Amino acid sequence: MKLKNLVVGLTLSAVAASSAFAGDKIRIATEGAYAPFNMVDDKGQLQGFDVDIANALCAEMKADCTLVAQDWDGIIPGLMSRKYDAIIASMSITEERLKVVDFTNPYYSNVLAYVGPKGQSMGDMKGKTLGAQRATIAGQYLEDNMSGSASVKLYDTQDNAYLDLAAGRLDGMLSDKFPAYDWLRTDDGKGFEFKGQDIDIDDKIGIAIRKNDALKEKFNKALQAIVDNGTYAKINAKYFPFSIY
Amino acid sequence: MNWSWDVIWEYFPRLFDGVWLTLELVLYSALTGLAIAVPLALMRASKNRLVSALPWAYIYFFRGTPLLVQIFLIYYGSAQFDLIRNTSLWEIFSEPFWCALIALTLNTAAYSAELVRGAIQSIPKGEIEAAEAFGMSKLVQIRRIVLPRAFGIVLPAYGNELILMLKGSALASTITLLDLTGMARTIIARTYTPLEIFFAAGMLYLAIAALFILAFRFIERWLNRYQYPR
Repeated sequence: MKLKNLVVGLTLSAVAASSAFAGDKIRIATEGAYAPFNMVDDKGQLQGFDVDIANALCAEMKADCTLVAQDWDGIIPGLMSRKYDAIIASMSITEERLKVVDFTNPYYSNVLAYVGPKGQSMGDMKGKTLGAQRATIAGQYLEDNMSGSASVKLYDTQDNAYLDLAAGRLDGMLSDKFPAYDWLRTDDGKGFEFKGQDIDIDDKIGIAIRKNDALKEKFNKALQAIVDNGTYAKINAKYFPFSIY
Repeated sequence: MNWSWDVIWEYFPRLFDGVWLTLELVLYSALTGLAIAVPLALMRASKNRLVSALPWAYIYFFRGTPLLVQIFLIYYGSAQFDLIRNTSLWEIFSEPFWCALIALTLNTAAYSAELVRGAIQSIPKGEIEAAEAFGMSKLVQIRRIVLPRAFGIVLPAYGNELILMLKGSALASTITLLDLTGMARTIIARTYTPLEIFFAAGMLYLAIAALFILAFRFIERWLNRYQYPR
């Protein structure tokens, strides 16, 4: 299957899947505020790496998928209350999350990085105002490691953290490196750069499903298939010049 | 259902930290809001169209737009203007606490002004006429008759407004403030126990509301004491 066919709008692919294969019905949640992994375009359609991966997996599984956008801090409760069956939203696999949900094999790996204004030294971050998105690994890292020596502010969305960084309310922001890489190439991000060393927190990104759900094996098989047949590499190349698998 | 009382007890002290910020936001903005509302209401009650037009527009704007929009406009909007960012105004607008306080104050001032105006206009005509017959000037009338009577009349409705403010203050959590709601959401981000933590937060809001209601009943009896038999 050509890449073009994989990345058509999710509605189209869902319609195609339902008429052609009439496979399983799977409802998938994503956030829609985490560029370039999941975001909403000008036409109100969900786009991004996660969305492309979701569509590729669904095509591989011949499943009838619908994608919904869901606010981040309600995304796990929504899965548990069966509003949808899987979360493909760049979610890190953590012990705390594993207590309530299950994860597939990782579909990419993440590191954290600080972003700050160009030309300003961040030193050891002491006394700085640092921001991150609430309910993320970066947010927890700041709370656990920096809340004693720096002032930590948590935002509802990553976009709001970028806004405040650009506004100068934050000296620095800690976030996942890949979306920050994307932001630094935008107009708003021109005056900023990565600061210090990347923080490798052994962060693997997986698809969350409810515990003991047979979907886990199906997703794992489909994931292996798209990695093996090169579909994954094509989607990767669309967003980053380096491999994130 | 997995209900865990432990998680409530464990995080109760942190929730309680949030209560203080919530109380600060509500009480400070209520006091400043009322100070703005009284002159607005007096202007609004004026028969002169030129005098009543400005408060009318102000009240129309702040009652007609959602509080969340007002908070976002003040917090994220202020950062877009170089006029604010490059001057000492930025010291105020860079702090989420001040932005939330400004939004809540301007919002409650609009609602309270309408309440006070209604109270002023419902004072029996005879009392104003009696004051005039005594030869009181307009200012003395306002100070001795209009405002004390208006406060007695407005109080029950104002208690309502204060409780609405208490709940409105939860929106401060959207601009990184750790008020009661912000604290609850930050805890839930870690524990994934929304039911327990929001239940505890809800109980704390109820307790604060109960305090407000009691305080207002007390003040009401005191202000309108001439209406009660000794």
